Amino acid sequence: MTKLLFNFLIYPGFLFTACFGLAACWIDRKVTARIQWRVGPPWHQPLTDLVKLSIKEITVPRSASKELFFLSPMIGLSAVTLVSMLVWLVNIDPVSKGFSGDIIVIAYLLTLPATAVILGASASGNPLASLGASREIKMVMAYELPFVISLAVPIIKSGGLLRLGEIINYQAANGPFIASLSGIIAFIVMIFCMQAKLGLVPFDAGEAETEIMAGTYIEYSGMLLAIFKLTKTMLMAALPLFLITLFWQGFNFLSMWKYIILLVIIILMRNTNPRVRIDQAVRFFWGKMTLLSIIAVLLAIKGM
Amino acid sequence: MSLRLKALTKSIWVYHMSTGSCNNCDIEILDMLTPRFDIERFGITLVGSVRHADAILVTGSLNLKAIPRIKRVYEQAAKPCVVIAIGVCACGQGIFKNGPNCPNPVDSILPVDVYVPGCPPKPEAMIAGITKLIAKLREKK
Repeated sequence: MTKLLFNFLIYPGFLFTACFGLAACWIDRKVTARIQWRVGPPWHQPLTDLVKLSIKEITVPRSASKELFFLSPMIGLSAVTLVSMLVWLVNIDPVSKGFSGDIIVIAYLLTLPATAVILGASASGNPLASLGASREIKMVMAYELPFVISLAVPIIKSGGLLRLGEIINYQAANGPFIASLSGIIAFIVMIFCMQAKLGLVPFDAGEAETEIMAGTYIEYSGMLLAIFKLTKTMLMAALPLFLITLFWQGFNFLSMWKYIILLVIIILMRNTNPRVRIDQAVRFFWGKMTLLSIIAVLLAIKGM
Repeated sequence: MSLRLKALTKSIWVYHMSTGSCNNCDIEILDMLTPRFDIERFGITLVGSVRHADAILVTGSLNLKAIPRIKRVYEQAAKPCVVIAIGVCACGQGIFKNGPNCPNPVDSILPVDVYVPGCPPKPEAMIAGITKLIAKLREKK
């Protein structure tokens, strides 16, 4: 029990992933600055932002539904902590950690941060926040379809294994899925879905700062906003690691270059694209991406 | 210096509010946020919502219609929050001193912490104002 709590709160769970994510967040901001020919923020900037937000006042709008307004940041944070704990533990010890069906549990848990954002925005009672929430709902519906279909590719290729540890072992024996045609197609689809799940440009219509003033987060301040930012930061650590586990043989501290490559892809995509409208995003995910993921599944069934 | 003060002064998120200005100061504020001046080095970013703001940049000569709105926006901000008056109109009414539409200077409505005069002030002047504000806050503790 204490070991489980330690795992959840400190080592692969909350504290460790938060530090990891803050470092990734700083790399993201620094590289963005260098791309724009700037110097960029110092290394402690993401942490300073969080500390500052957590000592500021928490304002609650009069029209807000208070319980949901306070509760929804916690839902997202606990879900992403659980995901990162599972992914790290499975990669440290693929044989004994994890359980049958943990891929499906993680796929469900990964939708919870977006759900928490939607709930919090709807609870805040602000018209711009409800606009952001409706966009976020459309975005979730758009990217979940290709995400789940591509999630089937590693399961089909490994012959119906539903346990992350067994998938890592299968890849260790037979080569990573990313080396095959269906694997690389599904991986590319997953990268686009990951960008949308992280809520980064070009898929950040829900919190578009320049048109609807931070949309879903508009009424949040102080500690609650800090928790939302922390959730985003930890997701930035957990999601690429989940993708590496599924398609790229898993990771350990020596193979962090895989994570760096994914992070660079995220940063480049975010810096070289404009924000797409919500209808364009839905068309992109339900059209091209779903088609690609179905092709990947068919190829995987054929064994390619 | 306490951790609290350090965190507050190293990560200032600014919210930009125009109270009937001619938009010249607003354009200069946008200039200040461009890569040329790179104020993200000091942790300063522009935010869309006043709930996230640590500093409110007020521009313009505060006309009668803007007074109740500026009060409400300031009340909605999460404290601690400082107010910076940008441009000579916001600092001391400027050429609208005898105008019938703008009877109140900004500092009679809001507690202004820093005045940055100029018509419009250069981005360098605004950055100098913000650094002076940080020095003042750190002395005051």
